[in-house]
Amino acid sequence: MRIEERFVNATVLVGLLGVPLWALMIEEPFTITLATRAVILALAAVGLNVILGVGGLVSFGHAIFFGIGGYAMGILAFHAQTYSELDLGLFSTSGTNSMPVIWLVAMGFSAFSAFLIGLLTLRTSGVYFIMITLAFGQMFYYFAISWPSYGGEDGLSIYVRNDFPGLNTLVPFQFFALCFVILCVVLFIYARLQASPFGLALNSARQSRARAETVGLDPMRIRLLAFVISGAITGLAGALFADLNRFVSPTMFSWQLSGELIVLIIIGGVGRLMGPVIGACLFVALEHFLGGFTEFWHVFLGLILLAIVLFARGGVIGLLTGKEGAHV
Amino acid sequence: MSAILIIEQILNGLQFGVMLFLMAAGLTLIFGVMGLINLAHGSLYMVGAFAAAAVAGWTGSFLLGLAAALAAAALAGAIIEMVVIRRLYSAAHLDQVLATFALILIFSEGTRWVFGSFPLFLDIPEALSGPVTLPGGIQYPLYRLALIAIGLAVAVGLWALIERTRIGIQIRAGENDREMIGALGVDISKLYTLVFALGAGLAGLSGALVGAIQSVQVGMGEPVLILAFVVIVIGGIGSIRGAFVGALLVGLTDTLGGVFLPELFAVFMETSAAQKSGSALASMSIYILMGLVLIWRPTGLFGARI
Amino acid sequence: MKLKTLIASTAILTAASMAQADVKVGMITTLSGGGAGLGIDVRDGFMLAIEQSGRSDIEVVIEDDQRKPDIAVQLADKMIQSEKVDVLTGIIWSNLAMAVVPAATAQGKFYLSPNAGPSALAGKGCHQNYFNVAWQNDNLHEAAGAYANETGYGNSFILAPNYPAGKDALTGYKRFFEGDLAGELYTKLGQTDYAAEIAQIRASGADSVFFFLPGGMGISFLKQYADSGVDLPVVGPAFSFDQGILQAVGDAALGVVNTSQWNKDIDNATNAAFVESFQAKYGRLPSLYASQGFDTANLLISAVDSADVNDADAFRAALKAANFDSTRGDFAFGSNHHPVQTIYAREVVKEGDVFTNKIIGTALSDHADAYAGDCKM
Repeated sequence: MRIEERFVNATVLVGLLGVPLWALMIEEPFTITLATRAVILALAAVGLNVILGVGGLVSFGHAIFFGIGGYAMGILAFHAQTYSELDLGLFSTSGTNSMPVIWLVAMGFSAFSAFLIGLLTLRTSGVYFIMITLAFGQMFYYFAISWPSYGGEDGLSIYVRNDFPGLNTLVPFQFFALCFVILCVVLFIYARLQASPFGLALNSARQSRARAETVGLDPMRIRLLAFVISGAITGLAGALFADLNRFVSPTMFSWQLSGELIVLIIIGGVGRLMGPVIGACLFVALEHFLGGFTEFWHVFLGLILLAIVLFARGGVIGLLTGKEGAHV
Repeated sequence: MSAILIIEQILNGLQFGVMLFLMAAGLTLIFGVMGLINLAHGSLYMVGAFAAAAVAGWTGSFLLGLAAALAAAALAGAIIEMVVIRRLYSAAHLDQVLATFALILIFSEGTRWVFGSFPLFLDIPEALSGPVTLPGGIQYPLYRLALIAIGLAVAVGLWALIERTRIGIQIRAGENDREMIGALGVDISKLYTLVFALGAGLAGLSGALVGAIQSVQVGMGEPVLILAFVVIVIGGIGSIRGAFVGALLVGLTDTLGGVFLPELFAVFMETSAAQKSGSALASMSIYILMGLVLIWRPTGLFGARI
Repeated sequence: MKLKTLIASTAILTAASMAQADVKVGMITTLSGGGAGLGIDVRDGFMLAIEQSGRSDIEVVIEDDQRKPDIAVQLADKMIQSEKVDVLTGIIWSNLAMAVVPAATAQGKFYLSPNAGPSALAGKGCHQNYFNVAWQNDNLHEAAGAYANETGYGNSFILAPNYPAGKDALTGYKRFFEGDLAGELYTKLGQTDYAAEIAQIRASGADSVFFFLPGGMGISFLKQYADSGVDLPVVGPAFSFDQGILQAVGDAALGVVNTSQWNKDIDNATNAAFVESFQAKYGRLPSLYASQGFDTANLLISAVDSADVNDADAFRAALKAANFDSTRGDFAFGSNHHPVQTIYAREVVKEGDVFTNKIIGTALSDHADAYAGDCKM
């Protein structure tokens, strides 16, 4: 059975919008919350997919950007909530409750950190890149745990979701719609990026560094730019995730989360436009339904993941379209 | 701070490092020979500890417990290799990551299914319990000295195995050129199963040895796994010698960092605050060490140059 | 995650055909992964009380938070939005409580805490719908400090993990301990090897050691401490000496004094019946956490008996009255809805093959917490 990838992609997006709509009609607000979680995790994984799927670099530390995005939201909203000043040395601000501002800050800080981390880590490749990004992730994690100003391991609660002009973000469906639109915009950008000269250059740097160099490309600069874009997208997802839960904590920096993002991509299909989206939907659904059967649902989740690796090379998209994913 | 305390802390760092080496050696061997990133290595460590606790509790003998740990972990390793891993040698690194991640889930919750949610009991054998007095008046637990000795013995044994035996020659050949040793008539799949079981057995052994002075509980393998990865990356992936040096470096950095950084901060800070910031930095120290090593030498201290 | 549990009382069939349950309780607790033992104990204690009451008008929905704050928040959303529960309970860990409780109480739900008692929720962040049935986090550490004074320790070495609850623990101990500190250490969260810390204790010249290392950390520390030859007396809160993990520590814990608001030998009829029926039903001795779950359920039942949950003011007053037989004997709430209770010193002993605790004295009587003054309710 071979199905056109375009057809699969369209079905997934329609389904992802349809399920919450249906939940809205039968008044099952929690299903909308679950769908929102899937959308946000998908967004984070789309960010990772830029560097992993197209660039071929497995970052085992993308939780860094997810966490930075989360804390950008947490810290800004915390100061707005407590009417306290956030002193940044050069200037001070009293925080904000406005989502667009928070998103810009989250993306800015994530991109800047990605730039610095990329400068140091992109000299390595393969397994060493996996490990050095893991090391950076662990540094951020331990720092967040022992940093007392914003709650340390306890995390930081923000009681009310932040504002977006014209929306009541506390209504589950409105917040879902907001996240869904952002995901669609980012997917569009990703698709354009992949087909752009930059995307092709990045892809060729993955396939053969030497070949890319001989045609005058600078793989280091291309990869650094990709890493920055990738970090910014995942940072944006982190800010949304924090708003979904109205809570941030150091677990957003944990290596398990970095691992989960990678898993999402592999389930769906590496380097595929909709790979992370399918992966996230499937993962959230499995998490939800398996938990209903048994306390030991991790065992079954593990078995299903094993089956996907062993029998569905190229992830779900690979299975449906009969094409293997990008080799990393 | 007295010289005695410093020496004692160095011993502690060595002991920690030597135990990390047992974990890291298997991990690096498996990567070197088969090119496999085995995230489930920590699960094998847990399997060893649980097997030791169960058998030692049942028979009352720590030695039997150790034997059971080695056997159970090696067996689990061999089974994993034959059922799952074997199909993944040709696959991308990423598929291996996902498969072994799935194995962690299965092993952790499966163990909880069998043994329940509460930690198990495993004690130091009578003959090795309590402290001894070393020259210079240092009081040091005998068991920890035994751990250092066992770890060093395993290191020497591994060296001899790889440098002096026929299997060792095949392993080294496998690291250098996979197609060639197949062409020379070595049964690769048997060799791979053997190497995997050896690595798994080492992990199980270290789980059992460490389990006697720690908590035998589900999830105990994950923190050690991360440390073992740090070790082999610092040492250079695939290099046993690198794993040994890396393990000692990590063990010493972690132990001495935890002791001296707060002291250092206390020179220019109030005690309580120095404690907090010092130990915060100490908990990041090995990752900083790893970052610095990789920035200096992107393939680790003893890794192959690309 | 969806372990929906309808109460299996004998009257269940008739009850189900009659009417909807009157009170719906959402329990979010840790049932999988590391730390599941605590959640299972709270759940079992809670459900035992509900079952013994034989009531069919209380429905309990139980979900597993996997010890992840974001999962806990979602489950709370689910219970409030979809299940439409009246009362939430069950959370074990302070950081999860901080993520869930403020939002839940702000939405008008009642929250009964069977374990966590972070200081923020006892002081400025207190709420009229939040009732803590266990302790404020500092309580047991304060009692350890008081016990140290009483025993005549003058120079303590204190250590805890470097995270907020660890800092609270040392603060709590220091609040009551009047002697000097030979040393103060923050260890890594999740640390398993304490050789370096024990060496420092040996060199410090202390006359006693106070530690707060919950779960596996405490098991590791005690085993290594016992083997090190350092023989200074140790005190700590009950968490490292709880029934569930004591068997894993073994002889190393024998004789250690720890502080707790509950023990199985507290002499009252409720407690004796609780210990016996818990053992009969689950085949193991109850832990501190099980007793807290049991008390939480009985508090809830007492309130349901005397007030309608839909009348929030009346229901709140009924909870506040705490008109139930606690396993701890007398039980009352202070002005910030945290317990005012006696905290005991207990010692680890061996009964037959089983390690357990026995009470050796009282550390603090009718003790409230240090944050009640900050609570404007």
